[in-house]
Amino acid sequence: MTAVPDELKYTREHEWVAITGSTASVGITDHAQHALGDVVYVSAPAAGTKVTAGEPCGEVESTKSVSDIFAPVDGEVTEVNADIDDNPGLVNTDPYGAGWLFKIALSVAEGEQPPGLLSAAEYTELIAGEE
Amino acid sequence: MTDPQLRRTPLTGVHESLGATLTGFAGWLMPLRYGSETAEHTAVRAAAGLFDLSHMGEIMVTGPDAAAALDYALTGQPSALAPGRARYTMICAPDGGILDDLIVYRLADQEFLVVANAANTGVVLRALADRASGDVEVTDRTADYALIALQGPAAARILAQVTDADLSAVKYYASYPAAVAGHQVLLARTGYTGEDGFELFTRPQDAEAVWAALTAAGADHGLVPAGLAARDTLRLEAGMPLYGNELGPDLMPFDAGLGRVVRLDKPGDFVGRSALAKRADSEPVRELVGLVVQSRRVPRHGYSVLWDGAVVGQVTSGAPSPTLGRPIAMAYVDADVARQAREAGDAAPGRLAVDVRGSAEPAALVPLPFYHRPA
Repeated sequence: MTAVPDELKYTREHEWVAITGSTASVGITDHAQHALGDVVYVSAPAAGTKVTAGEPCGEVESTKSVSDIFAPVDGEVTEVNADIDDNPGLVNTDPYGAGWLFKIALSVAEGEQPPGLLSAAEYTELIAGEE
Repeated sequence: MTDPQLRRTPLTGVHESLGATLTGFAGWLMPLRYGSETAEHTAVRAAAGLFDLSHMGEIMVTGPDAAAALDYALTGQPSALAPGRARYTMICAPDGGILDDLIVYRLADQEFLVVANAANTGVVLRALADRASGDVEVTDRTADYALIALQGPAAARILAQVTDADLSAVKYYASYPAAVAGHQVLLARTGYTGEDGFELFTRPQDAEAVWAALTAAGADHGLVPAGLAARDTLRLEAGMPLYGNELGPDLMPFDAGLGRVVRLDKPGDFVGRSALAKRADSEPVRELVGLVVQSRRVPRHGYSVLWDGAVVGQVTSGAPSPTLGRPIAMAYVDADVARQAREAGDAAPGRLAVDVRGSAEPAALVPLPFYHRPA
């Protein structure tokens, strides 16, 4: 069983999003890291990059495969987790914590929910068919 | 979801209880990894790993004409093997294309065990049966064996705890009947990891007990169960070819730098001889090379190799190498480019690259294998 924290939002492409004020922190889910295997390299969008929800904006390389990272929301990247570069295994060991990938300044007004995200219950249902 | 059509090995229940990630592979349900595949890889390099290889095909060829039948069917010369010895060899189509790479064990004068890749067992079985003449029997015995590999520098120390066999007398590419934890096995000093190690053919009903005995014996030696993901990076570092990647029906053994398995000097005809002899005398047009990528982006199977921006070859296998700390790959490249890249030496990465999803990642051409075990 993989962890799906209740307080987060999710995408169908297996990213998680934590929204605080007008900022969204983004990572890949426990389910995703488990499916990928050991992560060896993450190519995240640089700070200042404008991203569009549903479009690829980076890559996660693991031993066996490479996967796109899809932007979960519209906005501009403000910060990238520098620790990942030295220790990409954080994505495996702590996908919802130290393994976060980048932060996005939301395009929607503060307090407004970006569209299209899944709740923890909806995401759990999505991955139930894959496990 | 696990496909219920996939075949289970005698050890699948053990893998499930260990929490392995299982995957479909050549029609079998196999452990991909138990935890971190990188940790499994490094454990095999530093200590030892335990692998379930029961998906491999076991084909028995027996009878007074067995040796002659194999000499005709394969590129090697099994008739020259002493009982108890084994050899890496190949089976080719009449046009010289590789149908599979094999290990042939001569168990007795008139008894040979041919170990084939899981995906090719049916092809090899049919080819051996079609090519056999005289008093010889070809039988698929895959379901009668479990195959457990114990690989790594600690392998002999671990195995010595559960067998009375004199392991120092078991030479590389030799096999012996032996008792392991009280169970009769065929013990072979072979492997696919670049380390010292053993492969144990057991009866299916003994597999769990042998696995458990080895696990217990290895507990103080750093032994871990290891899955197919680690097996693939281990064999890649060791420069060992994988059928479907470096080997296939459109390739001859010479392409993979394995012309030595073609015994053109053996007496008599064999399937593929004329095509292989012709190829042996011609200049190679392509070469299997090792590449080390300078960045952290990983070349994968099918990616193009570039020389001054032009496509000159294809990656056959690629992975992040835990031992080198960089992505590595094997690739077929034009022979003249391989020569130029070698001559360019350290300057080659300015011209040699792998197209990793649209970006040219500089690469160095290195001799194979990437990894040699310490002497």
